[in-house]
Amino acid sequence: MTSPDCILETRGLEKRFGGVVAIASVDFRLKQRELRCLIGPNGAGKSTFFKMLTAQLKPTTGQILFDGVDITRAQPHQVSRLGIGIKNQVPDVFNNLTVAENISVAARSRHGKARAAAKGKDVMERLGLTALTGRLVGELAHGQRQWVELAMVVALEPKLILLDEPAAGMTADETNKTAELIREVNKSAAIVVVEHDMQFIKQIAQTVTVFHQGRVLIEDTMDKVQGNELVREVYLGKSEDD
Amino acid sequence: MTANWQGNGGLVAATVLGLVLLLALPQIVDPVMMIELTSYVIMAILALSLGLIWGYGGILCFGQSAFFGIGAYAYAIAVINFGDSTIPLLLSIVVPGLFAALLGYFLFYARITDVYFGVITLTVTLILYKVMGATSGSQYVIGAAPLGGYNGIPAVPPLNLPGRPDVALSFDGLFYLSGLTLLAVYVGLRLMLKSRFGQVVVAIRENERRAELLGYDARFYKLATFAIGGAIAGLAGCLFANWGMFISPDVFGLAQSAQVIIWVIVGGTGTLLGPIVGCFAIQWIATKLGAQQLLNANLVLGTILIGFVLLVPKGVVPTVSDALRRLKFRPYVAPLVEQRRVP
Repeated sequence: MTSPDCILETRGLEKRFGGVVAIASVDFRLKQRELRCLIGPNGAGKSTFFKMLTAQLKPTTGQILFDGVDITRAQPHQVSRLGIGIKNQVPDVFNNLTVAENISVAARSRHGKARAAAKGKDVMERLGLTALTGRLVGELAHGQRQWVELAMVVALEPKLILLDEPAAGMTADETNKTAELIREVNKSAAIVVVEHDMQFIKQIAQTVTVFHQGRVLIEDTMDKVQGNELVREVYLGKSEDD
Repeated sequence: MTANWQGNGGLVAATVLGLVLLLALPQIVDPVMMIELTSYVIMAILALSLGLIWGYGGILCFGQSAFFGIGAYAYAIAVINFGDSTIPLLLSIVVPGLFAALLGYFLFYARITDVYFGVITLTVTLILYKVMGATSGSQYVIGAAPLGGYNGIPAVPPLNLPGRPDVALSFDGLFYLSGLTLLAVYVGLRLMLKSRFGQVVVAIRENERRAELLGYDARFYKLATFAIGGAIAGLAGCLFANWGMFISPDVFGLAQSAQVIIWVIVGGTGTLLGPIVGCFAIQWIATKLGAQQLLNANLVLGTILIGFVLLVPKGVVPTVSDALRRLKFRPYVAPLVEQRRVP
């Protein structure tokens, strides 16, 4: 059993693709309403980790516990129903539907007609999508599509939100707005954010977990992580002179 | 939402137009053409069923005629045995619906990919063709109904007033019934597509993974859509058996399966009007071509299909409605968010 204040726990989680080990025995624990940042160089296994948490990939071995339930072998829709929402790395939206329809499909997954409409309206206002409601999502700019996806995830009212590079392709203003939104949503949900944008991480980070070659390298505050020699070597060192 | 009002307005207009056509056509069209027209209407119901499954569900079923044929056979066999057509009519909907559900269960829950889905559904149709063709001996009898192999079942009794086998449907009556059925199926599907269920079905077509991550079991929604499509095709099959008062394994043949797909391609996927328009247009052309000796009908139809795929790939209805929309609205230019480089 997990401790009651723990919303997510993985035990010895592992994913191999043939001979390649993408994730190697990861023990990860996340507290209720915690905001965690996940960083690491490309290929460190962050997206694979997210995909296993949402049943898009089946783990080779290990166990995933969410809110006291073993979801290791669950289906994606079951994981979603239990309360995990994910924004994938590439905008994962319904391109031929309008913004309003995208968000409506998400909201109605959890709520009745009236509540879903109210929730959808609220979410669109919060994310500044109201002016775009009738537009086809496929016609929108990359950053706007990211927000549509974020809006869909928020409309689900999940207990845990996984955000894979939520600020990618966004302008500075948009990035700030995203950080603001994350802090707000964090009042009611635990969040794990994968990002490469260090400025963005600094804006929101409480605890940072560093992935390297499929393993957890270190888990600490942003300051300590940035000061860590090993981390600088594998990851931050490269972005020092940015 | 304002879009809702517009959608309902269009639906009411379509219903009124359909009813007017239904009442007016028998007055202005000669009786021989009415016989043709009735078969167009029945086939349009079949086309609608594929329009739902393929155009909205994103499931390319190469064997829609399997459900059509099963519906026709279920009706014919049952009505010969029961006399009264009420239960046979229901069976012609339920049996193919259940068959589609069973087939869909194995295919969707095994997460068979699109191409294999097409191959398997086509194979199922051809298997049915062979199986029904092999039932020519006197030992192949269900109750009082001999299956008749490739000769089929002749003299299928017509539909009658529920509980009154002596009051049979006239040929004019079959036209009205088929027309009303087409209209009812069209309106029913339009309403269904506006509902939560319909929204989710379209969302799954657009992006199955995203729909699942939002908590929808894509397998279930596809299965349900497939079964509904199968049931509608079966109902069309029942009407078809009434139209010819005859049913044979030809309904399961390759030609029949391909035809339905052509109607939907020509009319346009992703609309409900498209399959109906495509079905009427192609059948009308085929009839006209059949009446002349100058050109081979299949050659011309093949040319038309290739022409459509190359020149009007979206089909008639989406292309026309896009053109109308462009005339009505000037292109919408989005308020551009000032793009700045991230430092």
